Amino acid sequence: MSSADLTSERDLPSEREASAKGDIAPERDGPRDTGIDDASLHRWLARTWRTPPGIIGALSSVDHKVIARRYLITAFLFLCLGGLNAVVMRIQLSGPQRGLVGPDLYNQLFTMHGVTMMFLFAVPIVQATGIYLVPLMVGTRNIAFPRLNAFSYWVYVSGGLFAWVSFALAMAPDVGWFAYVPLSGPEYGPGKRADVWAQMITYTEVSSLAVAVATVVTVFKQRAPGMSLDKIPLFVWALLVTSFVVIFAMPAVMITSTFLILDRLVGTHIFNPAEGGDALLFQHLFWFFGHPEVYIIFLPATGMVSAIIPAFARRPAFGHLGLVLSLIAVGFLSFGLWVHHMFATGLPKLGASFFTASSMLIAIPNGVQIFCWLATLWDGRPVIRTPLLFVFGFFFTFVIGGLTGVMLASVPLDLQVHDTYFVVAHFHYVLIGGSVFPLLGAAYFWFPKITGRMMSERLGRWHFWLAMIGFNAAFFPMHIVGLWGMPRRVYTYPAELGWGNINLFISAGAVLFFLSFVLFAFNLVHGALRGAPAGDNPWDAGTLEWATSSPPPSYNFARIPVVTNVEPLWAERGALPVATGLRVDVRELLVSTVAEAHPDIREKSATPSIWPLLAAIAVGATFLYSIFTPWAIVWGAAPIAVTLVGWFWPKGDPEDEE
Amino acid sequence: MNQRPAMDLAGLPTFGHGPRSPTWWGTLGFMALEGMGFALAAGAYLYLATLWPNWRLSAPHPNHWPGTIVTLLLVVSLVPNHMLNRYAKQCAIGPVRIGMVVMSLLGLAPLVVRWFEFPALNIYWDTNAYGSMLWVLLGLHTTHLITDVGDTIVLTVLMFTHHGYSGRRFGDVGDNVFYWDFVVLTWIPIYLLIYWLPRLG
Repeated sequence: MSSADLTSERDLPSEREASAKGDIAPERDGPRDTGIDDASLHRWLARTWRTPPGIIGALSSVDHKVIARRYLITAFLFLCLGGLNAVVMRIQLSGPQRGLVGPDLYNQLFTMHGVTMMFLFAVPIVQATGIYLVPLMVGTRNIAFPRLNAFSYWVYVSGGLFAWVSFALAMAPDVGWFAYVPLSGPEYGPGKRADVWAQMITYTEVSSLAVAVATVVTVFKQRAPGMSLDKIPLFVWALLVTSFVVIFAMPAVMITSTFLILDRLVGTHIFNPAEGGDALLFQHLFWFFGHPEVYIIFLPATGMVSAIIPAFARRPAFGHLGLVLSLIAVGFLSFGLWVHHMFATGLPKLGASFFTASSMLIAIPNGVQIFCWLATLWDGRPVIRTPLLFVFGFFFTFVIGGLTGVMLASVPLDLQVHDTYFVVAHFHYVLIGGSVFPLLGAAYFWFPKITGRMMSERLGRWHFWLAMIGFNAAFFPMHIVGLWGMPRRVYTYPAELGWGNINLFISAGAVLFFLSFVLFAFNLVHGALRGAPAGDNPWDAGTLEWATSSPPPSYNFARIPVVTNVEPLWAERGALPVATGLRVDVRELLVSTVAEAHPDIREKSATPSIWPLLAAIAVGATFLYSIFTPWAIVWGAAPIAVTLVGWFWPKGDPEDEE
Repeated sequence: MNQRPAMDLAGLPTFGHGPRSPTWWGTLGFMALEGMGFALAAGAYLYLATLWPNWRLSAPHPNHWPGTIVTLLLVVSLVPNHMLNRYAKQCAIGPVRIGMVVMSLLGLAPLVVRWFEFPALNIYWDTNAYGSMLWVLLGLHTTHLITDVGDTIVLTVLMFTHHGYSGRRFGDVGDNVFYWDFVVLTWIPIYLLIYWLPRLG
């Protein structure tokens, strides 16, 4: 029985009658959760919120947890693919003048490595942890705009497939992950490779922007009653700030890639200096996105650290307000740094000095965060488990990456090591240290919530040490070889330069690091199949996602929690205060006010629908076709319009009507 | 975990207008990111304009009249747009239906004139970078105009069906009004950039 059947008798007052009276829109009613016994409540909610069975049902799912799980698995697969790119490159570079891959394939390899890791792994996976956890942490039943969320996943997958199928056809982009003009422009970038780059950007950015808007609205409007701004968990704050950074940074790369494709496809001259355009404009636009991008990846990771540390230090985070303000400060400052990627382009001195100063300035709020975490650990009684080990790994690695970052912020040093392996070492320390290690810690931390089972602690410790040793062995020597002058993006080097031994060492470290991920994958599968049952709250943590079962039911919470503390489960050990009065026969959730989270509206959440998938197919096909002809936009408009109308047209569910 | 009821939500309404509704915030989010796109495109135009001392690159002046007519039409449309918003808040289905028809027509009208704006630029997109940026700016706004008019027409049809009379739909009308304001407001700086800035130089 569908929920529509239950309410069909409660029709609107006749239209004419109501409008004659001057009009208050109608309200229908159904059974509420007030006073209902637990077993019936679960039965009702499970029926109302379930994802329909069958393939069409699965493709129609709008459950944030289902979508997030797909995102996590897909992003992990792309991590493996991007990692394999790296392994092939490292084998090629393990000795002078090896012949495993030639220059053309090498160019595609490093471009695909960068593109995959940045656009198909790092951003999607941090957003996916947000999609899974933010609705649970703020105590609501689904993410805001669940269909938009489902749509974002399908667009993301099609963008990833598009890039990797192109790679299989030897038409992958070969112009670096930032695809500078004039190399990627119409004159020097023949064929379709640069177009693949430009349109893959469009897919992935549409997807991230959609998730960012859904996340912001979930945090602003769907928080459990009582969760005023000062009681929002730090992880949620981190995702909120990140989403704002996405909203203001990602349009820049969409503009860049659109301009590029216009130059290539219809003959505009935006980046063509011969006809009044400018090549450096590309770099400005790209890095206006590209620098905040680093923080889009890093800020959610700090949120994960801020969630893991209190759980294992057994006390709330020290300096909660300071941590929140640091997040916001980093979010703002991240927009003031982009020019430090362009020091070697001959900018005016004053500009360079300004961006040196701002690059050093951002170390301050980041430093505040590190000291708050240390203080939390210092004052707590730390229990050292795998998630916390990875947090320690993060401290160690990220601080080194941050130090070389401060070095690179000074123009003379930057000019000296520009485009060398020193820079490669720096940004891998920042990105892997700053984001991947916290992500791995987060995987161990929240795996029990997602699967209901624990990952092996013993394998976890092996994994940690293997990753730490492999990572440092691979990337620390790159600082040295970079200072010796080895440039980035070369497919080989002559033996006389004497870089052979150190590169062999680096490659051995890279293989070790790769093996650590094989062990991790084994631990994931082993944990999911054989792991010990986790229970609701295996770490005895304090935030709301641990208040429900593991894995959480489709409706997340039987009743919406009422929040009294920043660590609600620690404050209410006896019984969790909850709110009653929501309908159980339709997908009803609570909308609250932005600052204080006062209950305001009983809002309906969207039902499952196949239309987001169809819309994503129409959008994806249009993007794909558009690398061949600009008319694709005209022809594609019709199917996109049809699928969007199908998506929004009410189907008669109470969720659509009220 | 054990639970104890601490609050009752039964008396809350099932829909709200403006900032009370999540959709309003979603619309605002999309406006923010699209507005950022407009700002960056305008920034790119100004960057190139300041880079080249002879900006306009010897191209003829654009004829501003079609653009000026579009501007007037858009500004005038704000009045019925806000009347429509008031009716949507009162959930008055009759006036809302009329208002939606009016707004659909007032959306189509500037779109028709827009057709004549492109040739009035007096330059093609592939002539030089000045021409490229003019077409990009005008094209970017036209995309917004087309999608919003399309959305308005679909919603107008919807309001005439039995789905129209519901709180959720009146909220949609309110958000449509909100987005049209955005389409009108973003046009003003673009209009000045395209037609009046080159005349300064």
